[in-house]
Amino acid sequence: MGAVAAGSVVWPFISQMNPAADTKALSTTEVDIASIAEGQAVTVMWRGKPVFIRHRTAKEIEEAKAVDVATLRDKQSDDQRFKTRPEILVVIGVCTHLGCIPLGQKTGEVKGDYNGWFCPCHGSAYDTSGRIRKGPAPKNLEVPSYSFISDTLIRIG
Amino acid sequence: MSAGPRTPFENPVVEWVDQRLPIFTMINKEYGVFPTPKNFNYFWNFGAIAMFMLVTMIVTGITLAMHYAADTTVAFDKVEHIMRDVNYGWLLRYIHMNGASFFFIAVFVHIFRGMYYGSYKAPRELLWIFGVIIFLLMMATAFMGYVLPWGQMSFWGATVITNLFSAIPVVGTTIVEWLWGGFSVDNPTLNRFFALHYLLPFVIVGVVFLHVWALHVTGSNNPSGIEPKTEKDTLPFHPYYTMKDSFGLVVFITIYAVFVFFMPNALGHPDNYTPANPMVTPAHIVPEWYFLPFYAILRAINFDVGIPFTDIVFFEAKLGGVLAMFGSIVLVALMPFLDKHPVRSARYRPKYRIALLLFVLSVFVLGKIGGMPADAPLMHIGSFLLTTTHIAQLLTLYYFAFFLVILPYLSKREKALPMPESINDAVLQCKSGKCCEA
Repeated sequence: MGAVAAGSVVWPFISQMNPAADTKALSTTEVDIASIAEGQAVTVMWRGKPVFIRHRTAKEIEEAKAVDVATLRDKQSDDQRFKTRPEILVVIGVCTHLGCIPLGQKTGEVKGDYNGWFCPCHGSAYDTSGRIRKGPAPKNLEVPSYSFISDTLIRIG
Repeated sequence: MSAGPRTPFENPVVEWVDQRLPIFTMINKEYGVFPTPKNFNYFWNFGAIAMFMLVTMIVTGITLAMHYAADTTVAFDKVEHIMRDVNYGWLLRYIHMNGASFFFIAVFVHIFRGMYYGSYKAPRELLWIFGVIIFLLMMATAFMGYVLPWGQMSFWGATVITNLFSAIPVVGTTIVEWLWGGFSVDNPTLNRFFALHYLLPFVIVGVVFLHVWALHVTGSNNPSGIEPKTEKDTLPFHPYYTMKDSFGLVVFITIYAVFVFFMPNALGHPDNYTPANPMVTPAHIVPEWYFLPFYAILRAINFDVGIPFTDIVFFEAKLGGVLAMFGSIVLVALMPFLDKHPVRSARYRPKYRIALLLFVLSVFVLGKIGGMPADAPLMHIGSFLLTTTHIAQLLTLYYFAFFLVILPYLSKREKALPMPESINDAVLQCKSGKCCEA
C-alpha cells in the first residue's frame, strides 16, 4: 500500500520529463521528390532530426544489393530496407553511435569508405543502403516509416 | 556538533550569541585551535582552493542567471547580451567560464594529492568516496552549464553525451527521450539543463559539508602518511594553515586572473560562438579539456566484446565504451578497497610511486588523444598504420590495470622503505637532509 502510494506520488514528477503532447504531435512531414534528380540527395527535418532522401543511381543500388548480408554488423538486405521503390532511399540522418549528423549528403562531402555516409565524430562509415560498415556505430541508419502518397510525394511518419 | 564545556568570549555580543548557539565555539574548535599535522606541503592547499572556486562559481552563476533565459530562440543572444550590454557582464561570464576550468584544476591536484600520499586509506575511506561523489556532481554540473550558451559545441556536446545512455540495452531509447523531453536535444532539454545546472552546485555544497565533517572526524592525512601521535606532531590550524592556505590561494588566483583578463577564450572552442544548428555537426566535436581523458577512454573501445570467431557478443562497442568511461571513475571511488598496503605515503613505497606517476602520465596522454580526431594516423611501422586509437587502447589498458592488477599486487608484495617513528621525526630527518623528497 505504502509503496503504491509513494509510487503514484513520485510518478508525475518523473513522467513530466517525457516528451510533451505538443512535441509528440509534430509527427508527420510530406516531401515532394519530383525535383530530386538521379544521384541527388536532399535533407528534410522531421521531429527535430534530419531525414536523408537520396535518389540512388543504378550503380549505388547494385553496390548495396551485392553485399553478403551475413558479413554485416546489423544484418539487413537492401530489399528489406527499401521495399517499394529501391531508387528512393529514406533514412534518418542521425548516426546510431552517439547522434551526430553523418556527412555525404552534399556534393563534395566525404562519403566514407563505402560511398554512403561518414560520421565525422567517431569515424563510422555507412554504405549506399545506409548500413553500418565500419567504426563504432552499432546499427544501420534507421529507416523511418514512410509511404508514397503519389508518384512524387512521400509522407514521413 | 554540540558544544562541550564552553570557554566564555570577551566580546559581550559574541558571548551572548554563543551562549544561545555555540557557533563561535564551533568555529574556534574546527578552524582555530584544530590540531593539524605540522608537515603539510603546498599540495594541502587545494582543498581550500577548491572550496574558494565553488563559492566563486555559485556567486558568478547566480548573477549571470539574472540576465540569461533558457529558451532556444534567445539563449545564444542572451549570452551575447551579457557580453556586450550588461554592466560587467563580460567579467562575470569570463570568471564563470574560466572558473570551471580552474575548479577542475584544483580538484585534479587535490585528487592526485590523495592518491600520492594515501589519503584514501583507512580510516578515511568514506571521506574519499564523498570526494568522488563531489567530482561526479561537478562533471554533471559542468556538462549542463556548457549547454546553456546554445552554441554548436553546446548542442552537439549535449547530443553526444545524452546519446551515451542509448547504449543501455532495451530501455536505452526510452531513457534518452525522457532526458531530452522530445526526440532530439531541443528546447525542453535546454530548460531542464538550466534548472539542474542551478540546483546541482547546492547539492555539491551539501556533499562538501559531509566531506569536511568526515575530515574533521579523522583529521587530515599528511605527507609522511603517519598519524599524529603527540602534540609535537601538530600545529593549531589558525594562524599556521589559514596563512599557508591564503598564500597558496593568492598564487592560484593570480594565474586564474591572467586567464580571465588576458586569454579568456584560450580554454574554450571557437565553434561555440556559432549558434546551435541541429542540421550540421561541426567537423570535430571535442568536450572541454577536463573531460578529454574520459572521452579518450570512451572512444578507445571501438570493438565488440564477445567470444572471438563467433557471433556471440556480450556487449557492443558502444556500450563497452560507455561502461569503460563510467567504470574509470567508479574505480577511483573503490581505491581504498583495491589498495590494502599498510603504508599510506608513496614517499615510502617506491614501486607504488612509479606505478602512480605512470598512471598520471597515461591520463595526460589520454587527454591529449581525447582532443585529437578519432583514428588520427601517427606513423607507419612496416605495413601497420599506428593511430591515436591504438595508443588510447594501450593507455586505457594501463588505466584499468593500475587499479585492478597493480594495486592489489603491490598491496601484498611491495616492501616499504623504513619509516620514521612520528611526524616530528620525519620533519627532523628532512631538516638534517636525509629525506628523499618534499
